Parts: sequence; C-alpha cells; structure tokens
Amino acid sequence: MSLAIEIHGLEKHYKGFDLKLDLELPEGCILGLVGENGAGKTTAIKCLLGLVRPEAGQLRVLGRDLDREAVSAREEVGLVLEPTAFPGSMNARQIGKILSSIYRSWDAAAYASLLERLRVPVEKPLKDLSRGNRMKLSICTALSHHARLLVLDEPTSGLDPVVRDKVVGLLLDFTRDERHSVLISSHIVSDLEKLCDYIAFLKDGRLMLCEEKDRLLEEYRLVQCAPAELARIDPALIKGRRETDYGVSALVPEAAVPAGMHSAPVDIEELFVLMASGKRKEGGER
Amino acid sequence: MTILIDNRSGQPIYEQIFTQIRDQILSGALEEDAALPSIRNLAKDLRISVITTKRAYDELENAGFLYTVAGKGCFVAPRNTELIREEHLRQLEEHLTEVRRLADLCGLSRQDINDMLNILEEDET
Repeated sequence: MSLAIEIHGLEKHYKGFDLKLDLELPEGCILGLVGENGAGKTTAIKCLLGLVRPEAGQLRVLGRDLDREAVSAREEVGLVLEPTAFPGSMNARQIGKILSSIYRSWDAAAYASLLERLRVPVEKPLKDLSRGNRMKLSICTALSHHARLLVLDEPTSGLDPVVRDKVVGLLLDFTRDERHSVLISSHIVSDLEKLCDYIAFLKDGRLMLCEEKDRLLEEYRLVQCAPAELARIDPALIKGRRETDYGVSALVPEAAVPAGMHSAPVDIEELFVLMASGKRKEGGER
Repeated sequence: MTILIDNRSGQPIYEQIFTQIRDQILSGALEEDAALPSIRNLAKDLRISVITTKRAYDELENAGFLYTVAGKGCFVAPRNTELIREEHLRQLEEHLTEVRRLADLCGLSRQDINDMLNILEEDET
C-alpha cells in the first residue's frame, strides 16, 4: 500500500514551543490527529501544506516531495481550514468561480450538486452564513476538484451534533474510494472515534502514540477499585489515573489486569484524557 | 444481511462482525456463493474502521466461510457440512465445559448430570 502522507524528522520551533514529528498515513485510510489545544496539530498541518517552513524534516504528500513539487501536490489536496480563507462578502457561487480558475481540475457540476445536497445557500454572502453552513461550504470546495487527500483542521468544532454527523458521513463516503485518504485534526474525540482508522495523539509537540483505533480500544481497560487494590498492578503499566476520595480509575493494558479485578472497556475520549493527565503528573506539573 | 455493532459491549468489533456473518452462513440466511459487500463499503456503512473490517473478513476466510475472487470481492463459501459439524461440535464442547463448571459449583456428580439429561429427553418425547 502506498502512503498518502509521509512525515519524517519534522522539526518546527517557535518561542516556547517545538514540534518534532514522524507520521505516516497509508492511502485509503483516515487518520485522526488529536491533542489538547496548543499540542501542535495545526502547526503540523501547516508544515504539511507548505504554509510554514519547518527547520528540518522530509515531507511527502501523495508521493510528491513537498520541497520540489509543492504546487502539483496541492492540486490534489482538498483543504478545510477554519477560519476559511475566502472573503466574507463573497457567496458560494462567486467562490466557485474563483476556484475554477485556481484548480485545473475544478468540477463545477460536482460543486453545484454538493451545495444542493448539503443545502448550502448559494447566493448568501459568506459572512451571513451560519457556522455550520460555512463549514459545509468549505467541505464542498474541498471535494470539488478531484482531490485524493483531504486535510481538515478542526472541521467539527462549534457545529451541532446533526451537522457533525453529516460531516462524518461525507468523509466516510469520500473514502469509499480506496485511493482517497483523510487527515483530520480535532479535539472532539468522539467524532474521530466514529471516523478514523488510525489515531495519532500529539502532546506538547510530541507524538505520544499512533495506533489503529480499534486496537487501542481492545488493548486498554479501565480498572476501578480502591487505591490500595491498585497496588496489585505494576505502576509502570498504569498509563493514567484519576483519583477521588472514594476510589481510583486507572487505564491499564488488558494483559496487566489481575484476574478477578473489575475492569470495563474504555472509549477513546476517556483514554486520551487519562493518558494526558497521567503524563502530566510524571512531569511534576500540577 | 444484518450486522449490528454494539460499541459498548466490550466485545472487539471485528469479533462482532465475524460471529454475526458466521452465524448467518451457518443458519443458511446467507446462501452459498452470495456476494458479500466490499470491505470498504461495509466499513463505511457500519461506520467502523476499514482495517477492522478487513480483519473480520480475513478470519472468516481463514475459517473457511468465505472465498475471495481477485478483483471481484468476497463470496460465501460452499456449504461444507464437515465444517458446520465441526463448528457445532466446538460449540457443544464450550457448553459442556460450562456444564462441568456449574456442576462442580453445585457438587453434582457425573451420574447426576446423566440423570438430568435423561429426564430432559423423557420430557421431550
């Protein structure tokens, strides 16, 4: 299987923040990039799109080297960024007209039918559209130039559940074609849980893990017990914990759960919250 | 074909797909040589990962329930009576293991279990 995205040895430094990243996305898959605000998700995406120049690293998009073939690489990448880059006074029809002279493979018919399907008002200026409609419009533009890779930065934040579900459906439809891939960043983990094949977890500019989503869910269990009981588990294996006066919840690999101890399946959201808090404690920051 | 995914059951998703398709093949609800949905389409319809769906299909194929035609997709393997018998025997063993465990808990002897079986048989006739 070829790779839609290859990031090797990426380094980007800002004052008080540095990002170091290695990441790969196989063609035909959806990769979710999660992390707290400021973890480096958007910086990683900007490097990948050539919007900022990293200090080091090799980046390839759809098999093309980003240093030498950035323009042809971008032709096949559908972008959804928030806020959108379009002027607020333009409407969907006018935006389509402009994009048709930017993208060589612009498909006006596909654009029109997508707008209709998602019921995006065509004649209303962008600034008067609701947030959901703006996002839908943005996705319509990304899907209308025969892109093979979609890159979405926080596409579902601030949307209501019904619209979010529609967005998820659109992305799933897009990847029915096995040459299509998606990179999506979000801190709304439950959306990613529905969507992704792989999940990458960024924290403070570092990749904590990148794993098949369902493997993650199978691999970890949530143990709930009294603090004293938790001593039966090797502390090195506890990936994160939450303590109250009445008991403790701990994230533990399935194999490390002692026989007879009560444990429950964990969802992705809980997994990341516990992992994030677990690591913070080790660093002594509290 | 019916497949219901329960995200809260704790049973791995590939296993849920595996058992549900297998049961429908064993019961005859899925007929021999019937085409199964493509891995990609099934994954997208069920809103689950492609990798997970592929894993379920792979295991069904390894267990002899499916066959793959390159470029065409997956199909229900011819009903292999041997295989079905094997599967039923396996389930029987599972149940018997459970019977033994419960019998030990209640302090029942092998003879007691035999008697129970006889009574059940008499009731049916």
